[in-house]
Amino acid sequence: MKEVKACVLYGFGINCDYETKFALGKAGANAERVHITDLIEGRRSLDEFHILAIPGGFSFGDDISAGKVLANRIAYKLGEQTRAFVGSGKLLIGICNGFQVLVKMGILPCLSGDFAWQPYTQLVTLTYNDSGRFEDRWVNLLVNQNTPCVFTKSVERLQLPVRHGEGKFLTLDNVVLQRLREQGQIVLQYADKNFRKPTMTYPYNPNGSIDAIAGICDPSGRVFGLMPHPEAYWSPQNHPCWTRQKVEGNLPEEGLGLKIFRNAVEYVRGDLL
Amino acid sequence: MSHRIEVGFKEGVTDAEGEAIKRRIEGELGIKKVESVKTIKVYIIGVDESVPRTTLEEIANKVLLDPIIQVSSVDHPIAHDFSWLIEIGKKPGVADPEGRTAETAVEDVLGRSIVPPDKGIFTSKQYLIKGDLSRSDAERIAAELLGNKMIEQWQIVDEAAYHSGFEMPLPIVRITDPPSVERINLNVSNVELLNLSRQRSVALNLKEMQTIRDYFLNPRVIEQRRIVGLDERITDCEIELLGQTWSEHCKHKIFNARINYDNGSGNTDVIDSLFNTYIKSSTSKLQEKLDWVVSTLWDNAGVIKFNDDWLLALKGETHNSPSAKDPFGGAITGIVGVYRDPMGTGMGAKIIYGTYAFCTGSPFYHGVLSPDIHPARLLEGVRKGVEAGGNKSGVPTPFGHLFFDDGFIGKPAIYVLAAGLIPAEVNGKPGWEKKADAGDLIVMCGGRIGIDGIHGATQSSMEMSDQISSEHVQIGDPFTQKKMHDFLLEARDLGLYKAITDNGAGGLSSSVGEMARMSGGLELHLDRAPLKYEGLKPWQILVSESQERMTLAVSQERINELTALARKHGVEISVLGNFTSSGKFHVLYKNRTVAYLDMSFVHEGVPQMNLKAVWKTPEQRGLFEPILFVVKNYGETIKKMLARENICSREYVARQFDHEVQGTSVIKPMVGKNSDVHSDAVVIRPLLGSDEGIAISSGINPHYGKIDTYHMAALALDEAIRRIIAVGGSLEQIAVNDNFCWPSPLIGENNPDAEYKLAQLVRANQALYDYTLAFGTPCVSGKDSMSMDALVKDKQGNKQRVSALPTIQFSAVGKIDDVTKCVTMDAKKQGDLVYVVGLTKNELGGSEIYDMIGEVGSNVPKVDAEKAKTIYNCMSEAVQMGLVHSIHGCYKGGLAVALAQTSFAGGLGMVVDLDKVPTESVFGNARILFSESASRFVVTVPKEKKEDFERVMGKVDYGCVGYITKKPVLKIKSVHGRTIIEEDIISLKQAWQEPFGT
Repeated sequence: MKEVKACVLYGFGINCDYETKFALGKAGANAERVHITDLIEGRRSLDEFHILAIPGGFSFGDDISAGKVLANRIAYKLGEQTRAFVGSGKLLIGICNGFQVLVKMGILPCLSGDFAWQPYTQLVTLTYNDSGRFEDRWVNLLVNQNTPCVFTKSVERLQLPVRHGEGKFLTLDNVVLQRLREQGQIVLQYADKNFRKPTMTYPYNPNGSIDAIAGICDPSGRVFGLMPHPEAYWSPQNHPCWTRQKVEGNLPEEGLGLKIFRNAVEYVRGDLL
Repeated sequence: MSHRIEVGFKEGVTDAEGEAIKRRIEGELGIKKVESVKTIKVYIIGVDESVPRTTLEEIANKVLLDPIIQVSSVDHPIAHDFSWLIEIGKKPGVADPEGRTAETAVEDVLGRSIVPPDKGIFTSKQYLIKGDLSRSDAERIAAELLGNKMIEQWQIVDEAAYHSGFEMPLPIVRITDPPSVERINLNVSNVELLNLSRQRSVALNLKEMQTIRDYFLNPRVIEQRRIVGLDERITDCEIELLGQTWSEHCKHKIFNARINYDNGSGNTDVIDSLFNTYIKSSTSKLQEKLDWVVSTLWDNAGVIKFNDDWLLALKGETHNSPSAKDPFGGAITGIVGVYRDPMGTGMGAKIIYGTYAFCTGSPFYHGVLSPDIHPARLLEGVRKGVEAGGNKSGVPTPFGHLFFDDGFIGKPAIYVLAAGLIPAEVNGKPGWEKKADAGDLIVMCGGRIGIDGIHGATQSSMEMSDQISSEHVQIGDPFTQKKMHDFLLEARDLGLYKAITDNGAGGLSSSVGEMARMSGGLELHLDRAPLKYEGLKPWQILVSESQERMTLAVSQERINELTALARKHGVEISVLGNFTSSGKFHVLYKNRTVAYLDMSFVHEGVPQMNLKAVWKTPEQRGLFEPILFVVKNYGETIKKMLARENICSREYVARQFDHEVQGTSVIKPMVGKNSDVHSDAVVIRPLLGSDEGIAISSGINPHYGKIDTYHMAALALDEAIRRIIAVGGSLEQIAVNDNFCWPSPLIGENNPDAEYKLAQLVRANQALYDYTLAFGTPCVSGKDSMSMDALVKDKQGNKQRVSALPTIQFSAVGKIDDVTKCVTMDAKKQGDLVYVVGLTKNELGGSEIYDMIGEVGSNVPKVDAEKAKTIYNCMSEAVQMGLVHSIHGCYKGGLAVALAQTSFAGGLGMVVDLDKVPTESVFGNARILFSESASRFVVTVPKEKKEDFERVMGKVDYGCVGYITKKPVLKIKSVHGRTIIEEDIISLKQAWQEPFGT
């Protein structure tokens, strides 16, 4: 079988590159950390890969606004390459700071579905949590069952950690929000304690995101951005209650966040190899 | 000229920061009339006049604005509809990392730089306050909440004044004097020698100044100096260099002093160096026995074996003086700085976690002292500093302590610790070794040099007072360091450098100086160092502690590769000279010698101090056990105990530190059914995919030191170990780091009990020796801070000397062979049996319950190391065999707190019979519940494992004291079988969470 190759960006304050690479590897990809400068200066190329992951972290120290500076660097210096990459049907995932980068570049939500997207037209944002704090806590997530998102296929609910200070999802206006709803682009929503429904109640909704939005995709479902960290749940022992799950006999075989990456790898195997 | 680009929120968008500030103005300052607070970010851009307005608008819209929620404007104020506007910007010379990022971002978007080197982009922030407030209210808000006069400048205007013309000065450093070198005659009187030390703030005592004078008047020395163009006069570079290298901070002169110690009996022993006698000798003895101890007490961090392929480097630090003056800046510099210790150890480590302990005055303090920064604000500042430093570095901060005592109102103890992994072998050589050879290049990498942080090493060795100026304050920049860290790890693996060390206290003088000991000399050219701005004097370049710098030794043939790699990472590096074998510390500026000293004099010339220590026993100090000790309402008392500031929940701190970045988290800081109770220790597995891990903890409790610092030290170590055992670690492999923070034991005015304080230090060291040996837990690294004193104004404006409690923190790291066997402290299942393991004794001296009734007592808990070891080994075996569902150590507040926490963490009730608790002798319910005897655990065991568990416990003192219930009630029966506590666990948890919230 041909290899599924994944590029994990690193450099300039990206922090979650090692574990994102590890999770993609565990999911079956041949994943590699690639420095942004190596792509910009042409020593490496996105053409080599099927999956591009922009991991979490504090690129450029979160200065100006989270993800903004890296978004500009990618848009202005890697714009063509990125456009060609997603335009050719490949997969792009942005996690936490990576999600902030994608929305500030304007590559998400890409309402038209046309990846010759107009750069610098930002339609949504991720901004300061209502609590005014950075927080690290696990949240309950409900997965939209009517989304084209390839990363969440056959996942209904998920528990993952959020670790951000700027994760409150907002749209330019109600028209944008309505389009996101109609096109199935809302992928993940923060849910209440018992996973019954999306919630605006803190801390279950940790940041005050509109519609409790935790992750969105483009209309094709191949570009996915989310605030929670699936790579941080690669092992059953990552779960905050795993010692209780062990006693209760419901400790899963592997970390449930891996499913996101497995879906990506399987999509590539099915459609791109 | 400069332009102002302002970015504010659109109408209707939540300004979360503004709202948080509004709450703090009301809560912390008690100013209630605030209607709203809004924030506006300001970028002041210095450019040439030729830059057109359209370009500035492009910058505003493309670089600085989030168009969904913000509006921007160029040279036109956004602010309107406010009572007071406070704009806060940096003082000249204070680092402004966001401004620097903005410069980079502008370049990315425009494709060119428009900011000339002598200008820049500077950031400031406006706070628009609406409400019926006076100017003095606004001034208080600026000075006591928003700004810090050490590093920031601000303007306060009302709306009318603002619109009639407002200007914020550009914080550009302009140094007009040309760089020069001063030469100073040392052939002067003792008084003048001391004056010189004081004038230059180098904190050298008379004996040290005389030693320096004698060196400079030595004819052999003069003769050699003439060859390089110097004479018998010392240069400013030289005195500064010696001041840094010989500072208490760098040389640990008190720990190396010769001490006459009277143990209270009138007999005197001579201790030739506390460090050698107690710390080093214990570690050396253990290193001989334990094959996992690799490299200790010489490098920037101690090194132990993690497994065959990886080593673990560990180092703790304190950053007390800077944090007292600028809590945020001090703490962020502390945490980011301590990462550089493992990074600069051996061939360099990848940082895998950090920990913290913040000892401050009570955040609820309302006493007579009126410190510049109230403890509540100080605590929030240091917390925020570690949050920013840790989170932005991508390093988890999973464990720490808060400890409150009003002795810390003068100077807080701000502990930070970091650990990292080094490959066991780097390019075929042991990863913990390094070697700089003569001819290798001296390479500095990371940030540029400015006047920030000059004299950090000497200042931290002095009593706190107002004379510390902004020159001494640094603000760490995790982003710059993160890039450098990525760069260095790649350079290491490519073999591009031969040795590495950190630029910390003392700057280049110390880092290059230390590394040059390997080759036997150095030649350093100060004019080749990149500066933040022109005009720095050579001595300032030499000792500046500007942050995020490391020093490398690089062979000539690899420098081009290293330079290319640095460019890829956006890291600045520069070659400053080379290492030599000349035996000389040779420093030049524009090819003229500015310092020329014998390496041996610099490093070994400092004379030993002679000190006297006199111990007074607790009895001699009039300490005794309270005669009457009765608890009337146990239910109320346990709630009060849970709500005490040194016991209650600190979840809000743990949550704001990223504790699971790197994907290594196994046991988190908050555990239990709702993940809201503190774990005894945390566990990570640093190698993704492997089940090998480490448990991380620390122990600290200065209150016991009021009775005897010997037992305080023993208890701190025992606590750190107990925590490791509680999550499933074992005594097989636990390494510790010792961190002393002590009030000055040097005789001087205002320090009448210096000899007693030194005796306290002696006793703490004796305990360190006794107990690290007994437990087999070597101190692989450590640090001391010996001036925990300050002058603090009282409400009348009179200055009072405030000395902190002598404090020692032991930080521990324990190897875990299989993390999947680890346990947490929360009760897990109805019907499980509750055990108390370890003996409860009549030991309430220094306890929380005594403190609650205003007593200290004298029966301080004592650690019985032999019994403790047996207990710990049995507990480890029980965990390995899978016999327990939860383990929780007994710490402050004793059994009462441990039982309650076990129960409410699990969301399950508990029935306990105090009569079944193993005690030394029967001494009453209150003492059983609140005694703080060491080495004890509350354990829950599934019924079917009862026999196995008891067999493993063997001869250890244990009692099966009760069982877990579904009914969420903690029920405790007295020794006579009467129910004395019957409390809903939800209300117990609420009491525990109430003081700081969640």
